Amino acid sequence: MVTPATPLWEVFIRSRNGLSHRHVGSLHAADAVMALQAARDVYTRRGEGLSVWVVPSTMITASDPADKAMLFEPTASKIYRHPTFYDVPDDVGHM
Amino acid sequence: MTGSITIAESPLVRVVLARADDALILGHRVSEWCGHAPILEEDIALANLALDLIGQARSLYALAAEAEGAGRDEDQFAYLRDERAYRNLLLVEQPNGDFAVTIVRHLLFSLFIDAWWRAAAKHAEARLAAIAAKAEKESAYHVRHAAEWLIRLGDGTAESHARAQAALDLLWPYTGEMFETDASGVGPDPAGIRDGWDAALADILAQATLTRPRDGWMQSGGRAGRHSEHLGPLLAELQYLQRVHPGASW
Repeated sequence: MVTPATPLWEVFIRSRNGLSHRHVGSLHAADAVMALQAARDVYTRRGEGLSVWVVPSTMITASDPADKAMLFEPTASKIYRHPTFYDVPDDVGHM
Repeated sequence: MTGSITIAESPLVRVVLARADDALILGHRVSEWCGHAPILEEDIALANLALDLIGQARSLYALAAEAEGAGRDEDQFAYLRDERAYRNLLLVEQPNGDFAVTIVRHLLFSLFIDAWWRAAAKHAEARLAAIAAKAEKESAYHVRHAAEWLIRLGDGTAESHARAQAALDLLWPYTGEMFETDASGVGPDPAGIRDGWDAALADILAQATLTRPRDGWMQSGGRAGRHSEHLGPLLAELQYLQRVHPGASW
């Protein structure tokens, strides 16, 4: 018997107020409501979350791994983009 | 082999034991799905539900032991009472059947117990009210989880609809026992919960395109220790280790 494909969902959890939702994994569910329940059951069993998002995996447009060199390697030589060339006054303390 | 214990059942102990045994027996039943559920996500979800129930049972047995005042602990209540001393509903000891039976059983019971916990959090013996306040958050999710599944089973394919309706018809005669009057005053009278239960269930069944069975003759006896043939084998598995190796721990 061929099992019809159940849609795949990506799960995002926000663990504390002030933090952003983070991708934690994926799961299969028939629809959005069931996906949200499954996300709660599978990914928040140890008190990980205050808020859960589920997004259909098909709605995510991803970069092509083959384009990695073109997209990301050029930044490697531009270390001046890191904010490490400033003198931080002592009074600022830990930053 | 360790001998069985007999509990001195004051009204408080009796009400707490009914709640505790419902939770333990249904928790054990649901735990039987572990590793067997239709999909991985639901396998974990069912294990969560089972653990909620077994956690509630622990708190309730501890309270029953304290109320009895005979120096026993929650393990002795779970492992050393015979079948006739169990006060759970016949509904919760019924076998898992197919997935629809498990979901219908869980919804019928959760709708009842969620309302009872909510009422008990306000009007019950103080220690019982404290347990109720915690358990109500868990039972509210049990209602939602089971209801969403039943709506999809009922309003799904022809086969899932037929199985969901068959499960409802199969378990309906076990629903009357939930609402038998308890006039002890220890907690809310279950009879007072019936109308709300009916209304909430009617709404879910309408969405699930399922038909509420007609109220006919209702099974009864669990609260008095007269159980169906299914509880004995369940307890044999549940209690075997402690009966053969008393006090074993790990």
